[in-house]
Amino acid sequence: MEKKEFHIIAETGIHARPATLLVQAASKFNADVTLSYNGKSVNLKSIMGVMSLGVGQNADVTIAADGADEADAVAAIADTMKKEGLAE
Amino acid sequence: MTEKLKGIAASDGIAAAKAYMLVQPDLSFSETAVDDPEAEIKRLGKAVDEAKAELKIIKEKATANLGAEEAEVFEAHLTILSDPELIGNIEKKIKEDKVNAEKALKDVTDTFIAMFEGMTDNAYMQERAGDIRDVTKRVLSHLLGVTLPNPALINDEVVIIAHDLTPSDTAQLDRKFVKGFITDIGGRTSHSAIMSRTLEIPAIVGSGNATASIKEGQEVIVDGTAGIALVDPSASELKEYQQKATAFAKQKAEWKQLKDAKSVTADGKQFILGANIGTPKDVEGANDNGAEAVGLFRSEFLYMDSSELPSEEDQFKAYKQAVEGLSGRQVVVRTMDIGGDKELPYLPLPEEMNPFLGYRAIRISLDKQDIFRTQLRALLRASHYGQLAIMFPMIATVKEFKAAKAIYEEERAKLIAAGTPVADHIEVGMMMEIPAAAMIADKLAKYSDFFSIGTNDLIQYSMAADRGNEHVSYLYQPYNPSILRLIKNIIDASHAEGKWTGMCGEMAGDQVAVPILTGLGLDEFSMSATSILKTRSLMKKLDTTKMSELAQKAVTECETTEEVVALVKEYTK
Repeated sequence: MEKKEFHIIAETGIHARPATLLVQAASKFNADVTLSYNGKSVNLKSIMGVMSLGVGQNADVTIAADGADEADAVAAIADTMKKEGLAE
Repeated sequence: MTEKLKGIAASDGIAAAKAYMLVQPDLSFSETAVDDPEAEIKRLGKAVDEAKAELKIIKEKATANLGAEEAEVFEAHLTILSDPELIGNIEKKIKEDKVNAEKALKDVTDTFIAMFEGMTDNAYMQERAGDIRDVTKRVLSHLLGVTLPNPALINDEVVIIAHDLTPSDTAQLDRKFVKGFITDIGGRTSHSAIMSRTLEIPAIVGSGNATASIKEGQEVIVDGTAGIALVDPSASELKEYQQKATAFAKQKAEWKQLKDAKSVTADGKQFILGANIGTPKDVEGANDNGAEAVGLFRSEFLYMDSSELPSEEDQFKAYKQAVEGLSGRQVVVRTMDIGGDKELPYLPLPEEMNPFLGYRAIRISLDKQDIFRTQLRALLRASHYGQLAIMFPMIATVKEFKAAKAIYEEERAKLIAAGTPVADHIEVGMMMEIPAAAMIADKLAKYSDFFSIGTNDLIQYSMAADRGNEHVSYLYQPYNPSILRLIKNIIDASHAEGKWTGMCGEMAGDQVAVPILTGLGLDEFSMSATSILKTRSLMKKLDTTKMSELAQKAVTECETTEEVVALVKEYTK
């Protein structure tokens, strides 16, 4: 299992376009990927799951990937987070 | 036999083509028990795959025809359809409850819709409920074997028949194929009507029952000038309308000759004819139709086409593009006019009993100053690239105008201190749409560099009649002497202070109103771009001395709208 924590800096949190891009990034991998926030975990390959968490600015979230390509998955997601200005 | 429909003439021109029904099919179904859940899951999978394939085609078409931005919504729909949680839950329901795919789909999506709609502190999420609803409908249509109308897929000449056309409907229409449209509801100033004039497509709105009386594929003639539609016309009717269409095309070609001409009356008095625009994209249409200015640039689109408040940079780019597109001719930008019937998903406004009399336009800007200041900074920066003017909507009192102007001056001073290039002189004016303001136009003229009369609101506020309410639509009377007196008061007050007055409502391009307005000394007429050349052609025939006499009589002697119309007829014979 590969894990990484992120501090969300984007003013609008994870919604709209960035959420779609995170889901698309996660969906490219075979590993199971989850997003955890406030004690709740959702499938990061599910747009509805991600949006239902309502992650806002200054939230601390954890991404966890489990599977053969788990390291690549987390790296790709971290990359998207940075590119979209979601987290540093 | 030919069937005849009558409605409101929304956009000039004549077209004949097959009807395309933009009407939702019946998507009702009954709940049934299934013995073989695996087969039912396969049926669901097939419907989902078909829906996806359809969405991909729509997305490609929409990207090609309308641009990547308009097509984004379909990408969102595709992402929802690829959601493992959503599909997984539906499959689980089919397996565990042994119900048909339709029922499982509806139950699961309803749960998500309720969840998103329940996020009352987040308007964006509430909006997403609509996306899930759209996707559900599409999958359901494939399960039921019925076809949803997909306007983005039209690839033949058609006349669109719809109950109403929303901005998202019109965004999907390819103007190459859409020859005209007819709607059940709406008036001359509704979205569908304004859109049809922008696209230069003949249109009839408010026909009452077009969707019920016309069937898919029937031949339809749309006469957008007379507000008449003929369904299944005879050969001789078709011929007659083809002649009319040719005559209209000929007239249009004649008007086109006036594109680069000045707007002068028979006795040589010059006026300014401008265009109303909604986005920088409309500049092209304004230029093609010989606009001498943009008398109204509605800045709302920046706020309405966005999922969050538009940044200063985005606004700056849009304003800059517009002023550059007009190459030195004036562009009057109206600051944010939100509220009334225009809502923003990300800026929830309180529910009101009378939104048109409530928290809107400058009232919001003066209250939420951060939004207003961002817009003013973007406008000031854009002023460096052309001739920009600014006007505030819904000013009722001198105090409001002074407050708005003071904020403008503060932002201007800050930008100049920071070394940002700003035009030396920017005219700052106001909309005249509240009768109270019209009554003290002489006082306001001391502070405002110009007035722009917004007739749609001025008439509705003066007559105390909601312009969207058909029961009181008879009170929408632009030529009523009461309205003409208010207009005269505004124009005279501005001239007494050496200022100018424009008009940016529907009335400015109205062929009955123009002779009176010319006589009243209105300086600038701003209208749908497509009305400019027609108005320029009319103006050439008018004599201002005679029109002054007409205007004077209309204001002092006439008692009713009908008397005014008769008088105009007599004077323009």
